[in-house]
Amino acid sequence: MKRALISTAFFASLIGLWEVLARSGWGSPVMFPPPSNVAVYIWQALRDGTLASATLVTVWRLFLGYGLGLLIGIPLGLLIARFKVWQDTVGLLALGMQTLPSVCWVPLALGWFGNTEAAMLFVVLMGTLWSVVIATADGVRTMPPIYLRAARTMGSTGLHTWIKVIVPASLPYLVGGMKQGWAFAWRSLMAAEIFVTILTGFGLGQLLQYGRELLAMDQVIAVMLVIIVIGLLADRLLFSPWERFLHRRWGTGALK
Amino acid sequence: MSVESELKNAAPDRIEVLGVSKSFITKRRTVLALDNVSLRVSEGEFVCLVGPSGCGKSTLLNIIAGLDFPDSGKALANGAEVSGPGRDRMVMFQEHALFPWLDVMNNVMFGLRLKPGLTEKDRTEVAKYYLQLVGLENVHHSNIHELSGGMKQRVALARAMAPNPRVLLMDEPFAALDALTREQLYGDMQRIWEARRKTIIFVTHNVREAACLGDRVVLFSPNPGRICQEFKIDLPRPRDINSVDLAHYSTEITMALKGFTSTDGKGVAE
Repeated sequence: MKRALISTAFFASLIGLWEVLARSGWGSPVMFPPPSNVAVYIWQALRDGTLASATLVTVWRLFLGYGLGLLIGIPLGLLIARFKVWQDTVGLLALGMQTLPSVCWVPLALGWFGNTEAAMLFVVLMGTLWSVVIATADGVRTMPPIYLRAARTMGSTGLHTWIKVIVPASLPYLVGGMKQGWAFAWRSLMAAEIFVTILTGFGLGQLLQYGRELLAMDQVIAVMLVIIVIGLLADRLLFSPWERFLHRRWGTGALK
Repeated sequence: MSVESELKNAAPDRIEVLGVSKSFITKRRTVLALDNVSLRVSEGEFVCLVGPSGCGKSTLLNIIAGLDFPDSGKALANGAEVSGPGRDRMVMFQEHALFPWLDVMNNVMFGLRLKPGLTEKDRTEVAKYYLQLVGLENVHHSNIHELSGGMKQRVALARAMAPNPRVLLMDEPFAALDALTREQLYGDMQRIWEARRKTIIFVTHNVREAACLGDRVVLFSPNPGRICQEFKIDLPRPRDINSVDLAHYSTEITMALKGFTSTDGKGVAE
């Protein structure tokens, strides 16, 4: 309760300070709009459905790209961790690709796919895939080999070992990798939406970009807030339950 | 297969090791971990392998388990050559090796689930029986990290015994525990072995522990790993780790150990 109060007080004073600064004439009201203007924009955009539809478009793209990234990335990571040949080939490729910021894929994606959803998906996939691959492979590699030996003596082989031992044993790392992949997917999608203008869907990134073109900084800030909220929600809803379960089972981390 | 037949103790196997040699190649040199080692363990015998670190006793255990393979020679279980791990020979490791993603019950059931012919209900019953045998109740749904070191090893013992193996291979299972917990486990180990007679090969570097548990203590010498002496422990059971008779045996074994450890400076726990 006390902690909730402290948090509330902190954010309230932050917004208050912002309001006062913006209204003091210290900066241009266009470039540095007060939070009340941002609130007004959010209210209007919620009422005319702009925000909802943009959010829906963005989240849908995210799930598609992120889902595909996990679907390909996790098996690849497992293979890389277990087989030298995969490590020396695809593993090395993943390591190299991971260093490339995903926004660098945008020119190529535009060239290959034009202004289409496919270009968008491609950029998000490239942003997600490699970090998921590497996190998964690292996770499996750090698994104590004693688990495998114990499993073998009890008669576990092949696919059974993979499903019942290797994957659950590396679960804390898999979830960590998925979380990291999510963050990368989110960033790549925003980059893609800002750069790729397509008519099939109008996402949050595009809303942000139009805000800039219209010099509507209240819109820009509002969209930024929505992006933050979605990120927080995803963390709470998608990853927190998993992490809590893992901490409880493994006995890691501080229990609250 | 029914629960009743499953709960009947499986007949213990005899284990033979015939002229086994095994070397490991490290960056600096080749280590001859086992040099032409032969050993016979009869059905239901409790044999302790003792020696300083690096004498190959764990390697031998791994070879019997089928987790490792000899360069030459072979290991036989009931006359058949060991070609890999098998449910008839279960292993208990120094680190408990329990799976942290499963609770106690599911850890014990892991091996049972791989055993065909049992229903899930049968398996639960069998698992409960072994957990009770090792002295654990009311922890069925505990997470592994919630248990003490001694309790973890008890769960590991229950897990190793649950598939009803003929042979139990134990690799320094009590080495990481505190002295008090260990002494308790010596008593329990003897009681459990009375109830479920298995052939047990028990690796340790603790001489007193070996004399307390084993019918026979086999002494290994290092560089290269060889069997150098054997001691038959003629003491009635249950044995008390602190008894004077037992001290007599452990002194004798320790003296023999010192014969080859004093020269290379490798210590051994008494």
